[in-house]
Amino acid sequence: MRVALFATCLGDTMFPGAVAATAKVLARLGHEIVFPTTQTCCGQMHVNTGYQREARGLVERFVEDFADPSIEAVVVPSGSCVGSVRHQHEIVARRYCDTATWERVHATAAKTYELCEFLVDVLGVSDVGAYFPHRVTYHPTCHSLRMLRVGEKPLRLLRNVREIELVELPEAESCCGFGGTFAVKNAETSTAMLADKMRHVLDTRAEFCAAGDSSCLMHIGGGLSRLSTGVGTVHIAEILAATESREVTR
Amino acid sequence: MTFLGTPEVPPRGTGNLRGTQSFPEAAHDRLADSQLRRNLGKATRTIRAKRLAAAGELPDWEALRDAGSAIKTQVLANLPELLETFEQRVTERGGTVHWAPDAAAANEIITGLLGGAREVVKVKSMATQEIGLNEHLESAGISAFETDLAELIVQLAGDTPSHILVPAIHRNRAEIRELFLRAMPGVDPDLDDDPANLAAAARRYLRQKFMAAEVAISGANFGIAETGTLTVVESEGNGRMCLTMPRKLITLMGIEKLLPRFADLEVFLQLLPRSSTGERMNPYTSMWTGVTPGDGPEEFHLVLLDNGRSATLADEIGRSALHCIRCSACLNVCPVYERTGGHAYGSTYPGPIGAVLSPQLAGMAGTDPNASLPYASSLCGACYDACPVKIDIPSLLVELRHQHVREAAPRGEAAIMKAAAAAMGDSRRWELAQRAAGLGRLLARDGWIRALPPPLRGWTGARDLPAPPKQTFRQWWASPQAREELRREAERGLG
Repeated sequence: MRVALFATCLGDTMFPGAVAATAKVLARLGHEIVFPTTQTCCGQMHVNTGYQREARGLVERFVEDFADPSIEAVVVPSGSCVGSVRHQHEIVARRYCDTATWERVHATAAKTYELCEFLVDVLGVSDVGAYFPHRVTYHPTCHSLRMLRVGEKPLRLLRNVREIELVELPEAESCCGFGGTFAVKNAETSTAMLADKMRHVLDTRAEFCAAGDSSCLMHIGGGLSRLSTGVGTVHIAEILAATESREVTR
Repeated sequence: MTFLGTPEVPPRGTGNLRGTQSFPEAAHDRLADSQLRRNLGKATRTIRAKRLAAAGELPDWEALRDAGSAIKTQVLANLPELLETFEQRVTERGGTVHWAPDAAAANEIITGLLGGAREVVKVKSMATQEIGLNEHLESAGISAFETDLAELIVQLAGDTPSHILVPAIHRNRAEIRELFLRAMPGVDPDLDDDPANLAAAARRYLRQKFMAAEVAISGANFGIAETGTLTVVESEGNGRMCLTMPRKLITLMGIEKLLPRFADLEVFLQLLPRSSTGERMNPYTSMWTGVTPGDGPEEFHLVLLDNGRSATLADEIGRSALHCIRCSACLNVCPVYERTGGHAYGSTYPGPIGAVLSPQLAGMAGTDPNASLPYASSLCGACYDACPVKIDIPSLLVELRHQHVREAAPRGEAAIMKAAAAAMGDSRRWELAQRAAGLGRLLARDGWIRALPPPLRGWTGARDLPAPPKQTFRQWWASPQAREELRREAERGLG
């Protein structure tokens, strides 16, 4: 399959390891990977902060980069950005773009997948031959869970990882408090939510907290670092990319 | 076309629909209140579990939600016609209908209907909270006694409710015992904090009020257009007492609370109790249609309240907030509400639904504290999943943020957003911006940045920020190393 990688602005700039891991898993499964270098950002931060008009260019940029019919699927290591592409691009396009763009937005969104969805639903794979000898707890991020309904898919992939010790996260489905600009605009409330999430992560005595969104991991990891907990965060793609011969280095 | 004298947008509502502080300011004090945090955490966790069980046991729960949503959509699409039918039916059955465009008008109408009564009993009602009826009556020298246990607690404490369904969710039983000893006339001085004994004390106190009151004031959960029937759904029986014992009954109802047909109750009387208290059925459902000689009140007045509802209805997207049946499921699942409680929202309507309802009913122009409400959410989506009438609250919040930015974007933020959009609009500019962001490494020690200036100080106040890596993904992708690593993965395959 000819698969395009959408790195997301945050992944490209701050978490290249998670995006590279996504590419490696796809390469391992025998797919041709393309990376349109003109790509930038899905515009979610703009839309969620009220700046839909300013997001218009980013929506058009995304469509320009990925509408190409030779691209069979767009794979993204972020449930949140896929949520934005699927649910918000159409809203912006309907309001600020012409009909032709709106139609292309629709078609492009329909072939855009979060990594775990793509592996399990589209490729029908739940074992990618990974090896990760660590105690891990998994936080299902809100948009993966409630916008994309990825459900058990990430856990199915994780359960097939060799030597992983998966421990259940208490109150896993409650938000970590990130919420984009919410973390800055309502910093204290966001911190109160983070405190509970960290408490649950620490209760599991895991070495790593895993998730499918670098943004949420940046939030949880930033809190865990501030408190010198010694617990790390890891993107699920990095676990899936790890093998006996090449462990994740951090 | 605009006609002279026809306002383009109907007027916004007045009354208790906004606080005096913005949400982050109001949240600050609540977050530090450890007793409040404990009470809220415990109460919301308990109700959440009950609701999940009550909804989960119905095989057609999702179909019921769809039906509830469809009926409410139909109501809003035909509201003027349905209201006229409703008025006609209520009148035919001996009731009197009054129309109140705003809070002040509703207060005037109700006060005028009291006919010299100095004491009234009340059934728990969000609408009367919204218009500030108790305060208005008090200023006119009339005592209004709340008869719902939690509302009574709030009233005796001189407090305001912090939850739609559980108004005293912020108080625990020890606090309630102290309050009763202090503020309840004739209370047993040996009262302990056993919930059953607290309830019994309230019952003894309220019984005298029910026996003496000439007038009762209620809200309404539903009004049936087809028959002119009103419905109050409650748990304690105090509502039944108020609705049947006094000679005169006055009901205040928001105009959006209509249902077209009596049969529609089949859907809503399943959705409401399961979503609100997590019960299969609430203990008391009272229905009445006009007046019936020799049975119940001899005089019935219905006050229909607009107070910003027409303005909300005028917004094609925002109007779905009027589907709300005040079950409070969204409050109980909201991670923000669970930490801050209801008072942080300022308005009578707290939580996720309040964050979309208050700014629409009362407006959010300029420095209005209501303008901070659409941002009081991490957009986690738990509210949408829990809503029995499928109000897409996260999308509404995003829509209201859009409206707020279009009208009054904060200047600094707008500049940052425009600059970011420009930098991201083109990959060459984007790469330059990435290089600039990479300079953030200079601020880091051991891979983490621990302090940043505003606006990012909000982040580093409680969390570290990872240092930007030396290589962006696109730089890695363009490197020979990437090609080599991906070639090896492809060769390795799954075998």
